[in-house]
Amino acid sequence: MATASEVAEQAERDDIRLRWLLSAPALLIVFLAALGPLLIVVVYSFLTPGNYGDVKWQFSTDAWVSVLFERDVFDDTVSFATAYLSIFWRSVSLSLATTVLTLTLGFPTAYFIATRPDHRRDIWLFLITIPFWTNLLIRTFAMQEVLRNDGIINSALQLLGIADHPVQLMYTNFAVLAGMVYVFLPLMVLPLYASMEKIDFRLVEAGYDLYATRFEVLRRIIVPLVTPGIVAGSILVFIPSLGAYVTPRVLGGGTNLMIGNLIELQFGQGRNWPLGAALSITLMVIVMVALLFYVRNTTRSDGAHG
Amino acid sequence: MAKRFDVRRQNGFVSLAILCFFLLYLPIATLVVYAFNDNDSLAIWKGFSLRWFHVAWNNGLVIESSIRSFQIAAVAALLATISATMAALATTRTNPYRGLTFKYAFINQPLMVPEIVTAVALLIVFSRIKIWTGYSGLGYLVAAHTAFCVPFAYLPIRARLESMDLALETAAADLYATKWKTFRHVTLPLLWPGILAGLMLAFVVSLDDVVITEFVKSGGQDTLPTYMLGQIRRGVTPEINAISTAFLLLSIGIVTAFFFVSRKRT
Amino acid sequence: MTAMRPAVEANGVTRVFRGTGQDSVRALDNVSVAIRENEFFTLLGPSGCGKTTLLRLIAGFDFPTDGEILLYGQDIAPLPPFRRPVNTVFQSYALFPHMTVADNIGFGLKMLGRPKAEIEVRVDAMLKLVHMQELKNRRTSQISGGQQQRVALARALAPQPKVLLLDEPLSALDYKLRKEMQIELKRLQHETGITFIFVTHDQEEALTMSDRIAVMSSGNILQVGTPWDVYDHPAERFVADFIGETNFLTGTVESAGNGQAQVALRSGAKIRATAAVDFRVGSNATLMVRPEHAKLVKGRGDLCGTIENIVYFGTDTHIHVRLDEGDVFMVRQQNSRSAGCGFENGTRVGIQIGDNAAQLLKD
Repeated sequence: MATASEVAEQAERDDIRLRWLLSAPALLIVFLAALGPLLIVVVYSFLTPGNYGDVKWQFSTDAWVSVLFERDVFDDTVSFATAYLSIFWRSVSLSLATTVLTLTLGFPTAYFIATRPDHRRDIWLFLITIPFWTNLLIRTFAMQEVLRNDGIINSALQLLGIADHPVQLMYTNFAVLAGMVYVFLPLMVLPLYASMEKIDFRLVEAGYDLYATRFEVLRRIIVPLVTPGIVAGSILVFIPSLGAYVTPRVLGGGTNLMIGNLIELQFGQGRNWPLGAALSITLMVIVMVALLFYVRNTTRSDGAHG
Repeated sequence: MAKRFDVRRQNGFVSLAILCFFLLYLPIATLVVYAFNDNDSLAIWKGFSLRWFHVAWNNGLVIESSIRSFQIAAVAALLATISATMAALATTRTNPYRGLTFKYAFINQPLMVPEIVTAVALLIVFSRIKIWTGYSGLGYLVAAHTAFCVPFAYLPIRARLESMDLALETAAADLYATKWKTFRHVTLPLLWPGILAGLMLAFVVSLDDVVITEFVKSGGQDTLPTYMLGQIRRGVTPEINAISTAFLLLSIGIVTAFFFVSRKRT
Repeated sequence: MTAMRPAVEANGVTRVFRGTGQDSVRALDNVSVAIRENEFFTLLGPSGCGKTTLLRLIAGFDFPTDGEILLYGQDIAPLPPFRRPVNTVFQSYALFPHMTVADNIGFGLKMLGRPKAEIEVRVDAMLKLVHMQELKNRRTSQISGGQQQRVALARALAPQPKVLLLDEPLSALDYKLRKEMQIELKRLQHETGITFIFVTHDQEEALTMSDRIAVMSSGNILQVGTPWDVYDHPAERFVADFIGETNFLTGTVESAGNGQAQVALRSGAKIRATAAVDFRVGSNATLMVRPEHAKLVKGRGDLCGTIENIVYFGTDTHIHVRLDEGDVFMVRQQNSRSAGCGFENGTRVGIQIGDNAAQLLKD
């Protein structure tokens, strides 16, 4: 007869086998239609572009070279690819600006919701969730309604006599920034709210009891308590901003490209799939670095709280 | 009388919050109002009319792409929810075992990679498979949507499972329920709201997708969002506002349902 | 008396939890105990002593690393929990929130495949047993903590298990309700005739309810005995210290034999004490005296000291005396309505320890 410890070991083995079996379908579909193809992208970035899109199966590092440098057609000299670098720079700076602006607006909003009475919080939260779940394209399109030459802003400006002819807002960096702030704002508010909801306001009372002013309470008690929410919200906004495609395409027109649009170009008009692949991987690496920062930050704060 | 001191108050926060809500809803409101504009162009308000809803309703391409959107979303959400439920059961409430972290990372991978990158990757792989197999049906879109829906379905299901009291299943086992009976009579009924929430989330996420669909679709496989993207590029009539308004109403409906399902606590 | 067959027997049971890396925890260390049929048996000890682990091993939620557990002489190692005729009342009650009170109580019988009619009759009988007939169709979230406790009991009793395991079931209740449920549990055990194995860290609860108590500490059973045994004749210093309040005195054994000993204290006083085991003459030993077994006198006693603190407790008064040797000795005096305790802080007093009031302990 089996001893107890044999029974236990067998049960554990069975359990782990069942667990692998159960997770197999999810792992398989993610591998087939998300992760696996990414590995192929790496391969493609080292091939030669085909004449009509696609690739020729010839090893080449040209794509990677041209991410950073450009080769002069006439004398074959190599210099920094200012065009691509400027697009990367625009993407990163627009994403940072988006993150800062959503935080500036989102922080008071999340705080506002978290300090409502219990029964009214859900309503405010609901008002944040509706835009969150509304199609991103529709929200971008709605922003276009506001920004276009005969849109609300311009009508208001003219009505008030501030401007006598429409101010060009569409197809500018401003439009892209406004659109991204609008589109990603709920992504900032929700994690901020999640951590503000947990604030023990007795700590705030203790702060006031110990002679802190309102601003000091905010800076020394509330902000440190919700730091995980600030970090999570910032990452949740920064990463999709960096990879944004729809918003710059609709609001930025053809000139205010971000990385996402640049990648698309290589698969469309550019017909340079290896370059597109190399740019994709570059984007992914930037995102991974941001995520790594996030992971390190959260694990550290976990450790600090025991 | 002296004003009561409110410890929760922070100067200017309420105004900023109100401003934030105003900014969130102003564009949506504009969009909806202009859907009812009785004018060929968006520019000038000519009076209330349901005309553009009619136009959209009678536009074969709109109806066709809407139906395609729903078909893909329904199948993808269902497949994603089933596999995510199984995966959630396999990855929660256990001592860490070899491969557990790997599974987490794997399942959540679609969330961490920018959509455009996944889209490009799928374009590369699927275009090759299309040449090899000659098949160019909706299967590619369904597969792609299922994959990026998995983490969204997984999230609420896993959260529900983790908040579930392990003692309940232990109690069932103690009361003569086999593993399967425990799952059927205790785990599944308690997990149900989570599964429903996951299903709705996956459905909405699939319905909303533009980027991946835009890259994966073959000719004539427009979904409603990709159709709209094409139209917006070409210059817009209030028809797009009408379609958006209808879509918006649907989203609100689903969010409301989601809200009530996920709020239902046992 | 006929030899009673043990309902549950643990033979050399060890449970080691492997931790991360090298550190592992020996939750149970070669534990052996026999629990008799129809007995109210309590596992008592501080948290982390292994009492809940032992309970989980009997229920089948966990497996021993070594040793065997027998249920009426049969090794139950290969049986999963759903095949063991043992039911548990959980600390958190673990009532199914998606079912009514009646469905909860009938769950075990339903899983056993009993006919509907039988389940219904049995559920009604259980509801009656725990006085919950009116709440039959309520959801478990709509009833109070005390009522949930009763439902959990009824649910575990409904399949008529051979042994009922209770894992600190009263710890979530407030003081009054806990007292009430203690009596209720005793009644249920009496009426059903089922063996109860009760886990608690509350020594008072253990003393009032149990037929026998096993006192546990860091994975070992230190003593098994009736409440009277473990209170008045603790085998070890830990048992004496954990159960009730105790004064410890050190001294030298002068003579020993027949469960008796004579001990010379440092103060020079000689005290007669009972001894569980034989002690070597001339060895150092610890003496235990319960505060209520010592008497305060004006003048000289076996010990002398100065009153340092007087604490009033309603039913009795605790008087802390600083002995001349330096330790503090506590005496408990029953209060009467007419007067105070008769002593004041700073008074010099003597302490008298009667025969059989002291017990010699293993260290």
